[in-house]
Amino acid sequence: MWEHFHHLADIGVRGAAPTIEEAFEDAAFALMAVICDPGKVEPKTAVEIRCDAPEPDILLADWLNALIYEMDVRKMLFSKFRVRIDGDTLSGVAWGEKADPARHQTAVEVKAATYMELKVVKNTDGQWIAQCVVDV
Amino acid sequence: MDRKLVKQRSDYKWLLERSGKMRVDGIIYASEALIAEMDNKVAEQIRNVASLPGIVAASFAMPDAHWGYGFCIGGVGAFDPGQDGIISAGGVGFDIACGVRTLHTGLKIQDIGHRKADIADKLFRRIPAGVGSTGKLKLTPQKLDEVLTGGAAWAVEQGFGVPRDLRFIESGGRMRGADPAYVSKEAKKRQEEEMGTLGSGNHYLEVQQVVEIYDEPVAKAFGIELGDIKISIHCGSRGLGHQIGTDYLKQMTLAAKSAGLELPERELACAPLDSQVGKSYLAAMRSGINCALANRQILTHLVREAMAEILPKADIQLLYDVSHNTCQEEQHSIDGKKKKVFVHRKGATRAFGPGSPDLPEEYRTTGQPVLIGGTMGTASYILVGGPQSESLSLGSSCHGAGRQMSRTAATKQWHGKDVARKLEQQGILIRSASLRGLAEEAPGAYKDVSEVVEVSHAAGLATKVAKLVPLICVKG
Repeated sequence: MWEHFHHLADIGVRGAAPTIEEAFEDAAFALMAVICDPGKVEPKTAVEIRCDAPEPDILLADWLNALIYEMDVRKMLFSKFRVRIDGDTLSGVAWGEKADPARHQTAVEVKAATYMELKVVKNTDGQWIAQCVVDV
Repeated sequence: MDRKLVKQRSDYKWLLERSGKMRVDGIIYASEALIAEMDNKVAEQIRNVASLPGIVAASFAMPDAHWGYGFCIGGVGAFDPGQDGIISAGGVGFDIACGVRTLHTGLKIQDIGHRKADIADKLFRRIPAGVGSTGKLKLTPQKLDEVLTGGAAWAVEQGFGVPRDLRFIESGGRMRGADPAYVSKEAKKRQEEEMGTLGSGNHYLEVQQVVEIYDEPVAKAFGIELGDIKISIHCGSRGLGHQIGTDYLKQMTLAAKSAGLELPERELACAPLDSQVGKSYLAAMRSGINCALANRQILTHLVREAMAEILPKADIQLLYDVSHNTCQEEQHSIDGKKKKVFVHRKGATRAFGPGSPDLPEEYRTTGQPVLIGGTMGTASYILVGGPQSESLSLGSSCHGAGRQMSRTAATKQWHGKDVARKLEQQGILIRSASLRGLAEEAPGAYKDVSEVVEVSHAAGLATKVAKLVPLICVKG
C-alpha cells in the first residue's frame, strides 16, 4: 500500500507492506505518484539499481534518490519496482518508459528524498512502514 | 506558533531566549499575524540551528519562515570558522543558489499590449520547462567543469550575454573557490542536458508590469519607472545542485555520527568548516552556485533571442540576480568586531545596505536590489537593502510567499484548466507544460506575499521600491 502524507511545503511518501522490501517498493510508487500518474506509465524497460547504507532508513533515502537520479539522466518514469535487501545492500529493479509529459500527466520534478520524517520501522501489527518527505 | 514560545521585543521582532543547548538567541522578524500562522516547528528549527557549533549573532528567521529541512525556510545562520563553526548542507538546501533574476526590457506596457499572446507563445517554445525537459546545450564533462568554476562569466564567454551583465549578478557572476573535483560524477551526469532549463514546481519566468513605485530615488537608480515591462526568472542549479545536496547530506550525516557530533535532527547534517567533509562541501556547493548563475545567464540569452524576434526594440539588460539558497563567506560586525563568517541563507535573500563593496557601483549608494517573487496571480516586489539590515539580520530579508496549502490539497481544490482560465480573465497569460502542475501552484495555495513584504519593510530588513504584477507566466 502506498500513500502521500501531509507536509506543508512539500509532500511525504509512504509505503506500508508485510515485508521491508515491499514497503520500499510501495514508497517508490508513492514517489512516482508525486511526479506523474504512474498508472499511465508502461513498465517496458528495466533499470537495475544498487545502493549501500549502514542504516535501513538511509538505505530508503538512497533507493528513492537513486530512482530520482535514473529518472533525471534517462528522462524516464517508472511504475513497477522490485527490491531485495541483504544487510546494508539494496538490489533493485525499476521498470518504466521514456517520459511523455502529456500522456503521463507529469506535474513536478522531485529534487531529492530528504531525511525529514525519514523512517523505516516494523509496526506492532507486523506491517513495515517506509517513508520520508521529498523536496519538490 | 504558540505565543508562549516567543517574547515580543518590538512590533516586528520576536525573541526565542537562549536556553538548553542554544549557543545564541533566536530572533524572528514577523507581525502578530505572521507569528500566529507560523508552525511551532519553526521555533524548534530556529533553536536547533542556534545550538550548532560556532554560530554567531543569532539564529534568525525571516517573515516568510516556515517548516523546512533542518533549517526553517527563511532561516539565516552565520558560523565562525575560528570558533569551530560548521557548514550545513541542510542550511543551503537541495536547490543550491535557487534565486531570482530580474531583467529590464526597455519596453512599456503599451509596447506589448497587442503582442502579448505572441510573446507568451514564443517564450514558452524557447524556454525549456517542466519534468524531463532538456536544453539545447549538451556539455562534455570537461566543459561542465568550466561551467562549475566560471558561472555566468563562463556563459558570457560562450556568447550567452555580454560582459556588462556580470556587474549585476551577485559575486560578479562567478563564485570563487568552486572545485568541480568535489562534485560527484552523478551530479555532473544529471546536468549534461539541463543547462538553460527552468525546472518545475514554483520555478517560473514572468513578464511583469511595474504598477507602483514606493521609493522614487531608489527606483530611478535601479532603472525602474511606472509602466515598465520587466522579466523575472526564478530557478536554480537544476539536477547538479540537487545531487550535490543529496550526496553531502548523506556524507555529513554519517561523518557527524563517527565524529560524535550530536544533531538535533538529521536534516541539520553539517560538518566543521575546517574538516575534510566541510571543505569538500564548500567547494562543491560553490560549484553548484556557479551552475545556477550560468543557468540563469543562458535563460537570459534565450529571452533576448525570443524578444528580439517579436519586438526588436526590446533591450534586455540585467537589473539584478540574487540567490536565496546559499552559504557565503562574508564580513560582518559580530560583538563589535569585524569577522569573516559563513552565512547560510535558506530561503532568505541577501539585503546589503548602502556602501557595501560587494555591490556594483550603480547600487553602492542605494543598497542592494532585493527581488521577492510572488505567485502566478499576485505581485512581485523589488526592495532595497537598508542601512540597518546588517545589524538586524546580517544583511538578510525575506524571499517569497511560502505555501499555505499542500500540493495534494491544492489538486483537490483546483483544476489546472480553471486556474489558467481565471488568471487569463485577470489579464495574466499562463503557459505551462502541466495542468496538474498549475493546480498545485494555484495562487490560493500560497500565502499573501504582500504581508511578508510589508513586514520586511516595517522591520527595516529591506524597504519597498516597486511592485510588479504578472502579465505572462511560463511554468514548468
